[in-house]
Amino acid sequence: MCATCGCGDDQGVRVSTLDHEHPREHPHEHPHEHPQPHEHPHPHPEQAGSTRTIDIEAALLARNDSLAADNRRWLAGRAITAVNLMSSPGSGKTSLLQRTITETATRRPVAVIEGDQETLLDAERIRQTGAAVVQVNTGAGCHLDADMLRRGLDALNPPRGCLVFVENVGNLVCPALFDLGEVARVVVVSVTEGEDKPLKYPHMFAAADVVVVNKVDLLPYVDVDLGRLSGYVRQVNPRAEILALSVTRGDGLEQWYRWLDRVPT
Amino acid sequence: MHELAITQGIVDAVTARTGEAQVAAVRLRVGRLSGVVPDAVRFCFDLVTEATPLAGARLDIEQPEGHARCHSCGSDFALSDLILLCPCGSADVEVTAGSELAVASVEVA
Repeated sequence: MCATCGCGDDQGVRVSTLDHEHPREHPHEHPHEHPQPHEHPHPHPEQAGSTRTIDIEAALLARNDSLAADNRRWLAGRAITAVNLMSSPGSGKTSLLQRTITETATRRPVAVIEGDQETLLDAERIRQTGAAVVQVNTGAGCHLDADMLRRGLDALNPPRGCLVFVENVGNLVCPALFDLGEVARVVVVSVTEGEDKPLKYPHMFAAADVVVVNKVDLLPYVDVDLGRLSGYVRQVNPRAEILALSVTRGDGLEQWYRWLDRVPT
Repeated sequence: MHELAITQGIVDAVTARTGEAQVAAVRLRVGRLSGVVPDAVRFCFDLVTEATPLAGARLDIEQPEGHARCHSCGSDFALSDLILLCPCGSADVEVTAGSELAVASVEVA
């Protein structure tokens, strides 16, 4: 997708592995032709006479959903558990993953697919934990989709039985609508974001299997009530499990690890 | 701006059925609880359909209202947002309408 004109192509998406030489970052040089200005070169079809109606009845996300179903089958066939982490930027997704990998690496193999518009920074942080990691840069894209996950999995090649974390692009809006083929969705919200986020971004919180409330060590410094925050989550998603924790201080991490142990493939 | 990807889905869904036939109109169903903004779809539609059989097509967007069923009291009620609360006070509700996101039909010349 081109950042300037928004025209759709796949050339903005880059998949990078970090266990060998860094791929060169290609500057985006508009390899596609700019479409001509729209000057109505086509005849208006409705003026050309009678038309006939054809029923389509196709879901708009059908292509993504079908690719997600392929991913889900592929993962299940290898007993791989894929968990999709979503949140606003800065809620602590990468920090949560770093600590989780460091403290649970002996339980089962862990690998990560990192999604960001640009840079290999998060993948670099994950690599320092020793876990296999692939960075998907979406360019102008605001979310990961099932095709990007497919490409990420191809590059990652996770072993049988692996736990694969997919860290989505930091964004509380768009990623909620795109099924990747994951088995569980985790939405991370930090107390510094305020307690009203579940009401402001209901689609995201409605999509969650578990809501992780991070940075509870900062509760003394912010005007946030955990009970109210949980109540707002319940209003848009009565079924989600809510886990309050602090990645920095370690509060509540055991219940997060226990939840991960329970996630099926 | 997930509407760009979703609007691309319109072109894929339509051309999969109608091929190269020139499309005069596209009828969509975008529910009020779907998380997709019809104006943003309109904005993307001209860009995405350029040089496709859908270029210049009229876009009709039906926006079904949100509805839910309460598992506690059994009532059906209108839902204007994703706050899942029945007038009876129960949050044990199921969304039954308003999440639609589909191409209903097209008119071809």
